[in-house]
Amino acid sequence: MTDADDLRRRARDLLAAHPPSTTGSGDFLRARFDAGLAWVHYPEGLGGLGAPRSLQAVVDAELEAAGAPDNDPRRIGIGLGMAAPTILRYGTEEQQRRFLRPLWVGEEVWCQLFSEPGAGSDLAALGTRAVRESGGDWVVNGQKVWTSSAHLARWAILIARTDPDLPKHQGITYFLCDMTDPGVEVRPLRQITGEAEFNEVFLTDVRIPDAHRLGDVGDGWQVARTTLMNERVSIGGMRLPREGGMIGTVAGTWRERPELRTHDLHQRLLTLWVEAEVARLTGERLRQQMAAGQPGPEGSGMKLAFARLNQEISGLEVELLGEEGLLYGDWTMRRPELVDFTGRDAGYRYLRAKGNSIEGGTSEVLLNIVAERVLGLPAEPRTDKDVAWKDLAR
Amino acid sequence: MSTEPDLLYSEEEEALRAAVRDLLTDQCTAADVLARIETGAPHDTALWKSLAEGMGLAGLLVPEARGGQGATHREAAVVLEELGRSVAPVPYLTSAVVATEALLACAGDEAGDLLARLASGRTVGALAVGLHTAPGGTPPPVRWQDGALHGTVTGVADAAVADVLLVPADDGALYAVDAADATVTPASSLDLTRPVAAVVLDGAPGRRLGDARPAVRRALRAGAGLLASEQLGLADWALSETVRHLKERKQFNRPVGGFQALKHRLAQLWLEVVHLRAAARSAADALATGTGTDVAVAVAQAYAAPVAVRAAEEALQLHGGIGMTWEHPVHLCLKRAKADAIAYGTAGAHRTALAPLVDLQAP
Repeated sequence: MTDADDLRRRARDLLAAHPPSTTGSGDFLRARFDAGLAWVHYPEGLGGLGAPRSLQAVVDAELEAAGAPDNDPRRIGIGLGMAAPTILRYGTEEQQRRFLRPLWVGEEVWCQLFSEPGAGSDLAALGTRAVRESGGDWVVNGQKVWTSSAHLARWAILIARTDPDLPKHQGITYFLCDMTDPGVEVRPLRQITGEAEFNEVFLTDVRIPDAHRLGDVGDGWQVARTTLMNERVSIGGMRLPREGGMIGTVAGTWRERPELRTHDLHQRLLTLWVEAEVARLTGERLRQQMAAGQPGPEGSGMKLAFARLNQEISGLEVELLGEEGLLYGDWTMRRPELVDFTGRDAGYRYLRAKGNSIEGGTSEVLLNIVAERVLGLPAEPRTDKDVAWKDLAR
Repeated sequence: MSTEPDLLYSEEEEALRAAVRDLLTDQCTAADVLARIETGAPHDTALWKSLAEGMGLAGLLVPEARGGQGATHREAAVVLEELGRSVAPVPYLTSAVVATEALLACAGDEAGDLLARLASGRTVGALAVGLHTAPGGTPPPVRWQDGALHGTVTGVADAAVADVLLVPADDGALYAVDAADATVTPASSLDLTRPVAAVVLDGAPGRRLGDARPAVRRALRAGAGLLASEQLGLADWALSETVRHLKERKQFNRPVGGFQALKHRLAQLWLEVVHLRAAARSAADALATGTGTDVAVAVAQAYAAPVAVRAAEEALQLHGGIGMTWEHPVHLCLKRAKADAIAYGTAGAHRTALAPLVDLQAP
C-alpha cells in the first residue's frame, strides 16, 4: 500500500531526476504523469499509483514547495473534472492511454458538447444526431450551446442521439469528438457582460471513428451521468476563510469608503454578511462530514445558496457604489480563457452572477432534486418516459 | 492546524440526543403539552424531574467539582434541540443555562451552594431580567435599599416555577431572592410553553452573589447562543412534520407534496435548516471553547430567528385548515418560534452588536 512517506519519496525522486529549475514545464509534467504522481488515485500507468485520493495533497505540497510547475488546473477544468473520470470509468485501455496523459499535462484542452438550444434542464431530450455509416464511422449533425473553452479545445466529450425510435434516455451514445474536424464550427456567444465565455458549436457532417465512442451504443445517458456527477463534486468542497468570496469585496469597500455608507445599506450588508458567514460554516460542516466519512445530503443545496448569495451581494455592491455604480468598466467583446465570477468591477460581478443560478443545473431543477431525493417528496409526473424520442413535443 | 469550530455531533452527543428524545417521546407528546397548557400550570414538573434529576441534565454546564456533570455547551445544545422539537414546557434554557451561567460568573460560597442546587435540578433558578434583553442590554434597575430589594421586573421567563430569582440591583450586585419572598404574577403569554411573569420585589431580602454586570452578560450570551439550538429543533420539527403531512395528504387525486410549488418551498426551507444547523453548532462550540464567541453567538442569533419563524409559518400554511386549529401542535411551535425571535435580543439587535465586532461600522 502506498502511504504518505512513500509518496514523498517518489516526489523527491522525481524532483531529483527532473529538477524544475533546468526542466521545461511540459517535460516536467510528462515525467510527473509517468511517475504516477499526477493523480495518485488513478491506476498505475495512467498517471496514478492506485493510492487513496486524500494523499494527493502530500504530493502537491512536496512539489509546490520545490517550485515545480503545475498543470494550470483552472485552464483545463473540464478535462480534469469531467472528461478524465468518464474516460477512466468507461474508456477502453487504448482510449485511456491515448487521451489521459495529454489531458492532464494540459497539451490537449477539452470541452463539453452536451447542452443544446432545445435541451437545457431536459438534457436527455437532445437532438444532435449521430448516424453510423457502413464503414463504421459515425456522422454527426446538430447544434450545441453554452460550450466554454470550445475555441481552445482540441477534444470534446459529446453526447448525441443514435436511435430516435427509443425513449429519450435510451437512444443516446457518448463520443470523444475531434474539434479540428472540418465539420466543427465554433461561434462565440456574447453574454450580458459583453464577453463571450461560451460558444455555440455547429456540427455538420462531423466524422467520428467508432474507436472514439465511449461506452456502448445506446448507453450514452448512463456514461453522461458519471460526467455530470463529477461536475457536481467539483463545484463546492472548497474551504473558505471568513469573508472569502464576494462578501469580502463589499466589506472592504464599506471599510475604505465611509462616504458611501447609509443606514439602509448597513442593515442589508450586515444581513448578507451573516448569511455569507453561515453559508461558509455550512460548507465547512459539509467538509468535516466528508472527512469523518459521514457524507450527508447537505451538498445538494450548496450551489443554491452560493448562487443566491452571489447575486444579492453583487447587487448590493452596485448600489453601495452610488454614482460609480452607474459605470461599467468595459463592454468590449472578449473571449476570456477562464470563467471568472469575481474579477473586474462591480457591474461585471452583478451581471456575471446572474448565471450562477442557471449554469451547472438551474436553481429550479436543484430544488426539485432536493425535494425528491433528500425530502422524499413525490417526483414530477413524467409524460415522456415511455415515448419514442421522435414523438416528443418540441 | 484547523482553527475552524467542530461543527459535527460526537457519538456521545448523538447518544445523549437519543436518550432525551426517548424520554420526550414517552412523556412529552403534543397531546400532553396541549392538555397541560389548559390547566393554567403549563410547566411540566414531572418531566423536569426526569430530565434534570433522573438524567442529570440540569448540571451539564457545571464542573463536577461544583456539583455538576462537567459537560459543555455542545451537549446542552443537543438537549435544547430536542426540547425545541417537542416545545417542552420545562425551564431548561432559563435555569440550567441562563441562571446557571450567571452563577458560574460569581465566586463565593453563596453562589457555589446555589449553583450546586441548580445543577442537581431540585432547585429551579431564574434570572430576573426580561426575556427580551440582549447580551449587553441594560436591565431595568431594582433598588437595593436598607438591606432589601425594591422594584418590578416584567417579562421574566419561567419565573412562575422558579424557586430562586437572581436579581441584578442598582448597587451593581447580583442577589439571590427566594421566590417566596417575591410576588410572581404570571402574564398571559404569547408562548404558552415558556410563559413570562412579572416579579415584584417589595422589600425582599437578598443574598449577595457577586457583580451583576459580568454575570448578566455571560448569562445572556450563553442563553442567546444556545437558543439557536432550540430554534434549530423547532425548525427541524416543523419541516419534517410538514414533509410527512404533505406525503400523506391527498388533493386533486395526488399527494399534495408532489406539487412543485410546495416542493420548492420545502426544499428552500430544508436548505435554511441545514444552514441553521451549522450556525447553531458554531455558536455552541464557540461557547464551549471560548474562541470567537461573541461573533459566533451574534451570527447564530442574527440568522436563527427568521428561519425558525418561517419554518413554523410554512408548517401552518402547508397544513391548511388543520394548522389553524388549537388541537394541532403547530401553533405551539409558532408561538415559541415567534417568542424566541424576541428572546435574548432580536436578529436586528444581534446584527447591530455584530457590526463593530467585524469592523462594519454604522454610517
